Amino acid sequence: MASVELKNVCKSFGSVEVLRDVNLSLEGGEFVVFVGPSGCGKSTLLRLIAGLEDITDGELMIDGERMNDVLPAKRGISMVFQSYALYPHMTVFENMAFGLEQAKLSPDEIKARIAQAADMLQISEYMERKPRQLSGGQRQRVAIGRAITRQPRVFLFDEPLSNLDAALRVDTRLEIAALHKRLADTTMIYVTHDQVEAMTLADRIVVLNAGNVEQVGTPLELYANPASQFVAGFIGSPRMNFIGGEVAAGHGAATFGIRPEHVDLSRDKGLWKGTVRLTEALGSDTFAHVDTETAGMVNVRLAGAERIGEGETVFLTPQTEAVHLFDDAGWPVRKAKAA
Amino acid sequence: MSAIPETSMPTAPVTARTSRLSRERIRSAWLFLAPMLIVLAGVALYPLYRTIWFSFTDASLDLLGEARFIGWRNYLEYVDYGNGDGEWFGLLADPRWWRSVWNTVWFALVSVSLETAFGLVIALVLHKKFPGRVWVQAAVLIPWAIPTIVSARMWAWMLHDQFGIVNDMLQRLGLIDAPVAWTASPETAMIAVIMVDVWKTTPFMALLILAGLQMVPKDMYEAARLDGVPPIRLFRKVTLPLIMPALLVAIVFRALDALRVFDIVYVMTPNTDATRTMSVYARENLFDFDRFAYGSAASTLLFFIIALITIGFIYATRMNLEGDER
Ligand SMILES: Nc1ncnc2c1ncn2[C@@H]1O[C@H](COP(=O)(O)OP(=O)(O)OP(=O)(O)O)[C@@H](O)[C@H]1O
Ligand SMILES: [Mg+2]
Repeated sequence: MASVELKNVCKSFGSVEVLRDVNLSLEGGEFVVFVGPSGCGKSTLLRLIAGLEDITDGELMIDGERMNDVLPAKRGISMVFQSYALYPHMTVFENMAFGLEQAKLSPDEIKARIAQAADMLQISEYMERKPRQLSGGQRQRVAIGRAITRQPRVFLFDEPLSNLDAALRVDTRLEIAALHKRLADTTMIYVTHDQVEAMTLADRIVVLNAGNVEQVGTPLELYANPASQFVAGFIGSPRMNFIGGEVAAGHGAATFGIRPEHVDLSRDKGLWKGTVRLTEALGSDTFAHVDTETAGMVNVRLAGAERIGEGETVFLTPQTEAVHLFDDAGWPVRKAKAA
Repeated sequence: MSAIPETSMPTAPVTARTSRLSRERIRSAWLFLAPMLIVLAGVALYPLYRTIWFSFTDASLDLLGEARFIGWRNYLEYVDYGNGDGEWFGLLADPRWWRSVWNTVWFALVSVSLETAFGLVIALVLHKKFPGRVWVQAAVLIPWAIPTIVSARMWAWMLHDQFGIVNDMLQRLGLIDAPVAWTASPETAMIAVIMVDVWKTTPFMALLILAGLQMVPKDMYEAARLDGVPPIRLFRKVTLPLIMPALLVAIVFRALDALRVFDIVYVMTPNTDATRTMSVYARENLFDFDRFAYGSAASTLLFFIIALITIGFIYATRMNLEGDER
């Protein structure tokens, strides 16, 4: 059980400051996901923990030990790269054994560890193949297998699923979740910009924005109580509706936020009158984009079976308890009572 | 380079089942290749054919038109003196020719090996980021940018036994007692030629290897860092296998060049048995000794020897070329 702690960690490339005063405390055995838009510093943060980049300022502790100046190989971490980073000229077995030989393990121990990992990931049949003879999903599993054999204290993933197709991504996501259950003692840090991955995998999510930690919390905490307009917009799919103007001003805020699933739609009465412009039927749900007079465009979720014609006039009512209010800086304003 | 087997050529047999589309594609492939093939035939194939033809004649420089076919006599001929005695003549019986074959192969072997080793070291250094790297890269290329004739002449002067700066410096340092006739003495002539060739061509090698190094994905090194692989093992187990294809191509290029070597030898050490290469031998016969047909035979053999060595090299390293492709 290895805890990971970052204290006022900063990172600059030359004069460009990429991470600012990051404070995080991850418990041992936790599955933590870093999310955020492209370029916000997720990979950089992960690479700082791995030791692939130097920490400009601040402290990194793993299991209470200061790690700033410890070599990557001595930190007890394993990393799965987005590009897999398998050695193309080595077989799957050699890829997995390479690091272990370096760690001076006995050949028997190496064989045993690799066999166990291969078994777990169902890659035993491919041990003598080269990476180029494997599919993307198989390569991904080999990369994970290679990381497992090192028996790390902390497991790092940098967008491991981004090169896979949609179906495979879901399967592999489930496998990673299963892996976390099996290796319950291993702390896992997982970087993604896909908020569905974040919501489904994480014990806790760390939302990063432009080098700052915006919020840390369980998936449902972030969903229910976003600490900023950025988090509110980032977590949840489809995005929360943000409404400005009169509607927000009526609640003493700059922005009025309501998720598509928290708006009731009726054909005869409601708060906002509008016309259906576009519908997206996904089978389980249907999303209607309604052009309202007072609130502008609002996205509404309807239960799967419900049908609505484009061009129809409808009335929308936001569910009061699900309203989020933000000031012009994007910080939350205390919840409004009645609409 | 014709020596590299072409894999993308439309080699599949055109059967009745070949679709119209792929027939179209094969046709247009030939159409695009045609100009190149015609030019190649004109500038490479035809001269080669003529050379081979002349090697079977008694042509001389001023009587090219009246050349008569004489079979293999330029290559090998037994002349019977009638008294039960006889002698072998021809290229294959000429010790001077075999000496020049050996000189060429020895030159190619040593110079390409040294160039590969030095080129690798320089490429590894240039691959690291350090201040002023661009300038060093440019500076390294200078020897290669100087025309061979110029650098050969320059080195010939520097190595001159009486007025050369090299002897002067070595004497001042106390490394030699008396001036050495670097290019004139048979013991050192080949060393001098090889040294100048290495000086001149290492940059080219370094550049090709550097290109190979830059193709290695950065995350390979990061993965190795996480594994704690020390530099030497990293180089042997990761870098070297990954740049091997580029390295082999560079070696083939250089070997082809070295086996044809002419200018350095001709300028620095004319007329020395110690350094006479196949090209120099062929030229001597073609133009100086007025034995055009004999020189043609030498050129023909030169061509086949180079072809054989190159094909042999590619064949021997084929496993590597394929094993390391990504
Ligand atoms: N080696 C570097 N030198 C200079 N700037 C860098 C370097 N590496 C990253 N950056 C900058 O740091 C910022 C954060 O990069 P990072 O790779 O951490 O983003 P990310 O959150 O992982 O994005 P993505 O989701 O696209 O992978 C970017 O603005 C990037 O330009
Ligand atoms: Mg990234």
